[in-house]
Amino acid sequence: MELIGILIIIVGFALKLDTIAVVVVAGISTGLVAKMNLVEILDTLGSAFVSNRVTCLFLITLPVIGLCERYGLKAKAVMLIKKATNLSVGKLLSGYTLIRKVTIGMGVTLGGHPQFVRPLVSPMAEGAAIAKYGEKVEEKDMEKIRAYSAASDNIGNFFAQNVFMANSGVLLIASTLEGLGMPVDTLQIAKVAIPVAIISFVLWFIQNMIFDKRLKRKYATIENEKIRGDQ
Amino acid sequence: MDIAQLSNLLLEIFYIIIGLFMGITMVFTIKDTNHKTRIGTALFWGILAVIFILGNYIPSTIVGLLVVVIAILSATKQINIGTLKQLDETFANIKAEKLGLKIFIPSLSIAIIAMLVATFTGFPGTVAIGISALCALALTFIITKAKPKELLADSNRTFQSVGSFAILPQLLASLGVLFTTAGVGDKIASIISNVIPTGNALIGVATYCIGMALFTSIMGNAFAAFAVITVGIGVPFVFSIGGDPLICGTLALTAGYCGTLLTPMAANFNMLPAVLLEMKDKNAVIKVQAPFALILLAVHIFLMYSLGF
Repeated sequence: MELIGILIIIVGFALKLDTIAVVVVAGISTGLVAKMNLVEILDTLGSAFVSNRVTCLFLITLPVIGLCERYGLKAKAVMLIKKATNLSVGKLLSGYTLIRKVTIGMGVTLGGHPQFVRPLVSPMAEGAAIAKYGEKVEEKDMEKIRAYSAASDNIGNFFAQNVFMANSGVLLIASTLEGLGMPVDTLQIAKVAIPVAIISFVLWFIQNMIFDKRLKRKYATIENEKIRGDQ
Repeated sequence: MDIAQLSNLLLEIFYIIIGLFMGITMVFTIKDTNHKTRIGTALFWGILAVIFILGNYIPSTIVGLLVVVIAILSATKQINIGTLKQLDETFANIKAEKLGLKIFIPSLSIAIIAMLVATFTGFPGTVAIGISALCALALTFIITKAKPKELLADSNRTFQSVGSFAILPQLLASLGVLFTTAGVGDKIASIISNVIPTGNALIGVATYCIGMALFTSIMGNAFAAFAVITVGIGVPFVFSIGGDPLICGTLALTAGYCGTLLTPMAANFNMLPAVLLEMKDKNAVIKVQAPFALILLAVHIFLMYSLGF
């Protein structure tokens, strides 16, 4: 019975019911079956909600980006990539993932969706496609490029952070294992995390390459025919 | 005042600023006479503004009640984007030509100032983000010579386009607290212990990795899953038959991250960018990540089995 909350979430998400309502219903139901009274549940929910305001901190960066967009942030990114070297979408994104991994592996967060992907990476990747294949790139593929941009950040972020020994994930592993009577050293955890950091980059690099090939097959042929026609 | 107190004070100020932006969005919504669900949407932003500005001073029970009101507004489809004035592309192009590379300075400075503050001062990363955002805002005004009125319009535009998704991570974290209070973690561990046979290293390793990915997908949080699954599966099925806790434990957490790539529950990483980047398909990011995540999960099972034993 204690698991009713998890069940509600699985079913609610699967049926694509309203996300926020599903989460709140799951929380209240879990509290009720655990024999908490309604006031206790609301009290726990309310104080948790207030103390977790920190997850919304990214909102404070949005007006800056909104204002910069008005003054040509995206427009400039497109102009720039058009002038820049002939970097493909995939290579650009692999490069971003690599930078993200190297920096976070040193304990530096240089990225994030509101800070980097929205204002910089995605417009540059979209710009790269437009620079290479012109305006004829379909909206559907533009959306895919945006999704690849977001994924490049996630993958760069997740799989190299444990290489940094003061990362919260490393500290979690250390404290959990120590709690279970198996003390480990954080530096050793960081070393063990290296293979995954490298393998995950190679895998993402390959997927980006395949994506590049697919874009090229779809759009470059039209371009080539035009060039041949001109000659 | 020590640095921890100062950090908390600064965070509280940042929440108040965010609350004021939410209040601005509420005012824009009230004024938007073409808005089909004007009252409901304005109520949503108004409630959030109150919680962000006065969160520490309102009784928790009332905040809990307000969250339930938000859930009802959301369930009845009352929270929608209003009429937003689209940006003038010609204006943006002219400004982009004129300002040149300088237009990148504010967004770059958010990341760089945050990094510098977090590295060279005693402030935690969260406080650093707030400080850098405010510095970047000042830089934006200096560089673009924008009018304050434009800031109001653009904060309204960006907040509305993020919409109710903004509070999803916050809500999920709160759900985790309720789960813990209600003892859900212990129950999961005892159930899984009943289903899976012990003694086989490969089965144990595969269960540990897949269990991490699966529970991370369900809970949207690998950290919460790690504690539960390591106790419930890691110890009885992997560590007890000779698996190295250091190697297996470390791999288990990133196996969980493979699950993070696959779930709408990890709203911060998968749903938020879909909203920020204005995608029609809200699951587009997950679809792109799915093949990568599944292959990497298989790699984790292989690594844990070959290196851990």
